[in-house]
Amino acid sequence: MATLNSRRAARLMISPAVLLLLAWMVVPLAMTIYFSMLRYNLLMPGMESWAGFDNYRWFLTDPAFFAAIGNTMKLVLGVLFITTVGGVLLALLLDQPFWGQGIVRVLVIAPFFVMPTVSALVWKNMFLNPVNGLFAHAAKALGLQPYDFLSHAPLASIIGIVAWQWLPFATLILLTALQSLDREQMDAAEMDGASPLQRFGYITLPHLGRSITVVILIQTIFLLSVFAEILVTTNGGPGTASTNLTYLVYAQSLLSFDVGMGSAGGVVAVILANIVAIFLMRMIGKNLER
Amino acid sequence: MSRNVSTTRRSVVTIAAWGIGFLIFFPILWTILTSFKTEGEAIASPPSFLFFDWTLDSYREVNSRSDYPRHFWNSVVISFGSTFLGLLIAIPAAWAMAFVPGKRTKDVLMWMLSTKMMPSVGVLIPMYLMFRDFGLLDTRTGLVIVLTLINLPIIVWMLYTYFREIPGEILEAARMDGASLRSELIYVLTPMAVPGIASTLLLNVILSWNEAFWTLNLTAANAAPLTAFIASYSSPEGLFYAKLSAASTMAIAPILILGWFSQKQLVRGLTFGAVK
Repeated sequence: MATLNSRRAARLMISPAVLLLLAWMVVPLAMTIYFSMLRYNLLMPGMESWAGFDNYRWFLTDPAFFAAIGNTMKLVLGVLFITTVGGVLLALLLDQPFWGQGIVRVLVIAPFFVMPTVSALVWKNMFLNPVNGLFAHAAKALGLQPYDFLSHAPLASIIGIVAWQWLPFATLILLTALQSLDREQMDAAEMDGASPLQRFGYITLPHLGRSITVVILIQTIFLLSVFAEILVTTNGGPGTASTNLTYLVYAQSLLSFDVGMGSAGGVVAVILANIVAIFLMRMIGKNLER
Repeated sequence: MSRNVSTTRRSVVTIAAWGIGFLIFFPILWTILTSFKTEGEAIASPPSFLFFDWTLDSYREVNSRSDYPRHFWNSVVISFGSTFLGLLIAIPAAWAMAFVPGKRTKDVLMWMLSTKMMPSVGVLIPMYLMFRDFGLLDTRTGLVIVLTLINLPIIVWMLYTYFREIPGEILEAARMDGASLRSELIYVLTPMAVPGIASTLLLNVILSWNEAFWTLNLTAANAAPLTAFIASYSSPEGLFYAKLSAASTMAIAPILILGWFSQKQLVRGLTFGAVK
């Protein structure tokens, strides 16, 4: 039914979206690449000069860069581990019949809707604060010394906060996937004498496989660019103890005003994210061919 | 609920699920409770959970000191503005891709998605400089533009997955019955498309409301939405837990309520239709 006319109309309808996204993708990225080749500081306008790959050399040999790469990986892997393992367990629990399923679902999903600045500040002040935080109160009540989470374990604290925000996402998706599991197959396995553990390992887990992959890949995209949580809790510190790649580029460009270095960092971040993205695109691409 | 389980087992699961649900929700509950305390009670040790003098003082103070309504309005304008603008651009595109699919439709969709993979920080500097030069820094217009572009791929994708489920035969049936193109659009297509558009709108308002990279980096005082307003509490000043809690509660309440309505669409939207 697609005539030549309707094809032309279709192209016309698609083009605004395509052109806008093309501009959004090409223009700023080209500028970033260009800036990354310049010696360019916002505090010294008019002093720009060609730097070639110097910015990259400096950025990639800066100890802060290695710290940031390490922290980014720890942050991403830590949160992924907590949310996927926790998410699978929680989804299995919530998939059982119990009273008040709807309400518990609502409670569990809630953290996902809390804006990052709010959750970071609430955790920082009302829970992790070594004097007035709830954890400090609990420690004192038990006769223990309160622990200063954000200065002694800044990255672990941030991992905890971010995991709290993303656990609902993983749980919700895995729960949705569990609900499409074939009950009859499960019952048949049970009648054949498969233990709960065997049923989980041979039926449930393979069924969840694709959803787990989707959870991991989508979260990775978002977790690579965690920013607000670091900005309002530790400012990347102490030192660079909780600086990730996104925060390092931000600090480099908008705090030190070094556009050249910041841009080089931005390009590095884009390259790393693209490596992850390739896997994600393949996954979702396969899903289209149904 | 066809599965038969013993009451004991059901009770155990109920207790465990409610316990864990309560734990996960607790930080939000605690924030809401603290927002009704006085500053003194907010840091009292041991803390009281329910038996304190409930007061609205913190809400009053937040409102009088910090122009909360303006930041709230900024959030509303930015999240709804960018969502509506996004829908305006995306509806024709998704429509065409779902009903007149060409050889390259799939490639275009995948490419659109790939723009979403670009980390924001990679284009922070050019965006900042362009915004500075065009006078868009700290304006709502600027943020609406950026958030529209950021969310456009998700909007197109979500709409596409919904539109694709509208059966084409129904159009042919309407045409056979003598419906004109106009009445076909108004009476047949629109009613079927509205639920998908509504879910897309809901999810994108939530995502834009909580977006905290561009809103923090491109605003100062004027156009700052709630994300940036809350961030101003990151430097502590005397006793401020109750005020922080009141401000936080006001910032998250609207979206928490919207979010609970959109649970199901959330899964579909955030996985680009890979999990339903």
